[in-house]
Amino acid sequence: MKELELKNLYDDFRDGDTIKAYAQIIAEDAKKLDKPINIMEVCGGHTHTIMKFGLPQLLPKNVNFIHGPGCPVCIMPKERIDHAYVLSMQENVILVTLGDMIKVPGSNGSLQDARAKGADVRFVYSPMECIKIAEENRDKKVIFFAIGFETTTPMTAVLVEQVVKQKIPNILFHINHVTVPEVMVELIDSRDVHVDSYNNEIDAFLGPSHVSVIAGSKIYDKFPKDYGRPVVVTGFEPVDAMQGISMIVKQFVEKRCELEIQYKRVVNHDGNLKAQALIDTYFEKMSLFRWRGLGNVPDSGLKLRDIYAQYDAEKVYKSVLPIAEIEDHKLCICGDILRGMAKPQECTIFGTACKPTTPIGSCMVSSEGACAAYYKYGNLI
Amino acid sequence: MTKTITIAHGNGGEENNELIKKIFYKHFENDILAKSEDAAVIEDGRLAFTTDSFTVSPLFFPGGDIGKLAVCGTCNDLAMMGAKPKYMTCSVIIEEGFATRDLEKIVKSMKKELEINGAIVVSGDTKVVPRGSVDKLFINTTGIGVIEHKGISASSLKDGMSVLVSRDVGTHGATIFAAREGIELASTLQTDCASLYPEVKKLIDAGINIVALRDATRGGVSAVLNEWAKSSDICIEVVEESIPVQEEVRGICEMLGFEAVDLANEGTFVLCVAKEDEAKALEVLKQKHATATIIASVSEQYKGRVLLNSSWGTKRFLDLPTGELLPRIC
Amino acid sequence: MCLSIPSKVVKISDDETMCTVDTMGVQRDANLMMMEDGDVKIGDYVLLHIGFVMNKIDEDEAMASIDTYREILEHMNNEDRQRAILEDDECEARGEQFAEEIKT
Repeated sequence: MKELELKNLYDDFRDGDTIKAYAQIIAEDAKKLDKPINIMEVCGGHTHTIMKFGLPQLLPKNVNFIHGPGCPVCIMPKERIDHAYVLSMQENVILVTLGDMIKVPGSNGSLQDARAKGADVRFVYSPMECIKIAEENRDKKVIFFAIGFETTTPMTAVLVEQVVKQKIPNILFHINHVTVPEVMVELIDSRDVHVDSYNNEIDAFLGPSHVSVIAGSKIYDKFPKDYGRPVVVTGFEPVDAMQGISMIVKQFVEKRCELEIQYKRVVNHDGNLKAQALIDTYFEKMSLFRWRGLGNVPDSGLKLRDIYAQYDAEKVYKSVLPIAEIEDHKLCICGDILRGMAKPQECTIFGTACKPTTPIGSCMVSSEGACAAYYKYGNLI
Repeated sequence: MTKTITIAHGNGGEENNELIKKIFYKHFENDILAKSEDAAVIEDGRLAFTTDSFTVSPLFFPGGDIGKLAVCGTCNDLAMMGAKPKYMTCSVIIEEGFATRDLEKIVKSMKKELEINGAIVVSGDTKVVPRGSVDKLFINTTGIGVIEHKGISASSLKDGMSVLVSRDVGTHGATIFAAREGIELASTLQTDCASLYPEVKKLIDAGINIVALRDATRGGVSAVLNEWAKSSDICIEVVEESIPVQEEVRGICEMLGFEAVDLANEGTFVLCVAKEDEAKALEVLKQKHATATIIASVSEQYKGRVLLNSSWGTKRFLDLPTGELLPRIC
Repeated sequence: MCLSIPSKVVKISDDETMCTVDTMGVQRDANLMMMEDGDVKIGDYVLLHIGFVMNKIDEDEAMASIDTYREILEHMNNEDRQRAILEDDECEARGEQFAEEIKT
């Protein structure tokens, strides 16, 4: 076997001819489907790949995408974005977070606006940069506004571990980590009496790539078993996506309903156990977390364990943090879009009042949201 | 317009255009300004006139410094109008405490670049401000040049024409990100910062009729193509896999989630010529950089937009970059 | 939150908490605290995410995937070639040309 080079890990999984070949295979198999199928890609990274590489243009009409809520920035409820804003405006606070959070608008504006008003807001590539910032600003409180799914949670855990071990006195955390399987369940089997999720159109899931690297594919065991939805855990490159879709279509043609792994080069059933242990040491589940556009998703949010309460910015700054839930605009139909019951173009404010520069709902807020992707790639889909 | 000016307003993309139109053009409006070219054409098409300010950080980066950038930036704006740079001004705003040795190093660097362009500094200004009022050093330069090739304009593109790029793209932006504090990357990447007049002269001397010319600074190649598509009301169809990008630039883009076409260049230009001139133009460009390539053609498919055609038969729009250029996480 | 990129490990710190990875000639430091001691070696391919090594890339599985794609492409190419030959065989114009050539 030829030796693997780094270039192969990029180029071979983006090869145009391979993409075309899979398009052909999918088209052939799709002819044998007895009804159209809707595949939800849960993860924003997949939405990005699908849109950027124009994959919907390659699929037959009876294989469709439903774009999932897989962008931890998009699903942040407005009141929590306001937390970030409020914290950044506190005296002697340096608010640190990851890139995309900076542009998301809350009730008073985004963190970018706060920075323009004089707040000390810094975006970092890695949470560990907080340690250097804290050292250089011993008179200030560094608050790390943590966001992300299971992929990013262990990194925050490593930072918490270092803060605790090194007894760093001026780093606090505002935790907004959420988990993916719970929201997948919510989309197909909501326990919220106000949501009629039995009308949802999701037939199968394209499982998130890197969430699965950390948590293992075991977190999706229940979907084929208890909910009759196949899951294929797929990588991020366009060839990965096309192969994943092909595997789902084959399952329907062969009347199977299984959990499969396409992204075998990094995903296995158990996942990264050390990362899981780190998460477990420092975090525990909150009973409820409100997802923008979807409402409360049980057991989907994480918070610092009570013994680390002194590092929890939500507790330390409780008196200044707003608690009222802020609903989205009446005309926003993100919830329906996420369940596959509507397409972005069917929203009355899509492209007019709601655009990437002035987003009204969660699907438009980040470049991975369905509405943002449709807006950008326009009528080519 | 938002109530306060944000960083995005200086990005060279959508928000920047909004700022320029809604505040500056609104009050300064006149025919010459409205053309929005790289440099203003004045005195009945004889002269080109331009200005630029330089606030780059860090001041010294692999392959260049703010001084070299300042001279290249302004002289290139003139060259992009088919003009030979002749006279420049140089205004500096220096932060109290700035090292004199560094200042001289920067000025020497400017002199070297002026010689390449055949231009001289004839006027200037110096200000020193208290610590914290500027970030070490800001430079403003203006330039006047004599137009040697008339008619170069962003609104002259027509169906069937060819678009070329003078070398691989995204290098300056990638180098700056790699050199900036906070994102520690070690690479051998060097900025592409260079004076472009010599290359433009070669194109003029080869008898090529230059339709449009622009260096791809802030907003990258993406910004240039979009501006041309709008100005000329045509569609620019890019063959995605033809866009030349250096391996290391690709590496930085992968790592930080950028697209090379959105990153700034300081020594790379985009050229539009008639289809029959594309081979000769490419030949001239390749004399300087082997990576020069034909990347797009002009059509009328989606007027005012730039289309990216992939090698596997899909297409998508390439839009003006928006927002502050932040590394993508997701 | 999922942008992760494959990189090659070129250096490991003495206490094994950090390593240096290379992505197409660009190097940066990455944190190893999510990996077990001794798990990551120089020359390994790893997945990088926000400054951390998330997991190793299984080279055998990667090669297996690449081989699968090559087989698919070969199969497609063979099918295309067969189709082209069949189309050629059924080409009436060619038949007539041969008929003419045989006559003369």
